[in-house]
Amino acid sequence: MKKISVTTLLTALFVLGLAAVAMAAETEIRVTGLQVFQRIVTMAGLTIAVAAFGCALAQGISIKSAVGGIARNPEASGKITVTMLIGLALIESLCIYALVVSLILLYAYPMSGPIKTLVGM
Amino acid sequence: MEHPILFLSLLFETFGLEDFAHHYPHVIYSWLVVLGFICAGWIAGKGVQIIPNRIQNFIEVVIDGIENFQVEMMGEEGRRYFPLIATIGLYVFACNLLGLVPGMLSPTANINTTLSVALVTFCATHYVGIRYHGIKYIKHFTGSILPMAPLMIPIEIIGHLSRVLSLTLRLFGNIMGEDLVLAILFLLAGKFLAPVPMMFLGIFTSFVQALIFSLLSMLYISGAIEEAH
Repeated sequence: MKKISVTTLLTALFVLGLAAVAMAAETEIRVTGLQVFQRIVTMAGLTIAVAAFGCALAQGISIKSAVGGIARNPEASGKITVTMLIGLALIESLCIYALVVSLILLYAYPMSGPIKTLVGM
Repeated sequence: MEHPILFLSLLFETFGLEDFAHHYPHVIYSWLVVLGFICAGWIAGKGVQIIPNRIQNFIEVVIDGIENFQVEMMGEEGRRYFPLIATIGLYVFACNLLGLVPGMLSPTANINTTLSVALVTFCATHYVGIRYHGIKYIKHFTGSILPMAPLMIPIEIIGHLSRVLSLTLRLFGNIMGEDLVLAILFLLAGKFLAPVPMMFLGIFTSFVQALIFSLLSMLYISGAIEEAH
């Protein structure tokens, strides 16, 4: 399965957006308004997906080093475990920031009120 | 998503305070945690003996554990800030755990609670710094070389403000995400006991987040105590 890059996805969305120009002016505003919501939902999903990917890589490296340290020196396993857990929680907090942005996009997008009245919903 | 059923809000509704219970349930549950800790402290305090009985033994283990962990991180001068750090840690832990009980809500699932605790840490950091160093506390902000001060001061101020933001959002995001996942699982597959494994993970996450919050508070306060670079 070919990997789809973010730029390809955005280009596809832009081309689809250009298709809206062909429609009449009446429905043009409505279509553009609805496309805003479509793009919001897409980006909300992509945000947390990319963040989880990066977070998983970083946490994997940290656990690899911790397990290697315990294997070399089993007596220090208490300290190493505590340090590893603290590091994991701090890396996870970056993914949580992305989750908060994603939830803000979905549930608290500030312009959704004006756009809804514009579209006529 | 429908409105969750909260026991203390129903209790407040019977007294006629529906508006307050509707808009600010996290305040009500925060009062519950505070009341619980006052009662626990009162029970622990009366009848202290040299040879401890079981309740006193358990509380001594918890308090000694937190104090030793803190002195290991902060050094001996940090011992006087132990009540603040222990209160922050235990309050955040109890607030996080409260959301796992069905029918109750975590106060820390609301950004106002976490922001208030982060502001306490922020104010404590600067109060401790000014108290220890006086006016020379500015040296923490200017960096090591004096001509670089106009560049370093805005960067350091932004860094300090970002500490508040990161503490708030880390705790809020973790606990609200946990509550959201539990609510969705309960909605989707509640009668198959699907939320129960997530609740085990929730106990672990609650403990780790409280530990991280109090650990970072310790590190910020000890950073304010020590000499500037």
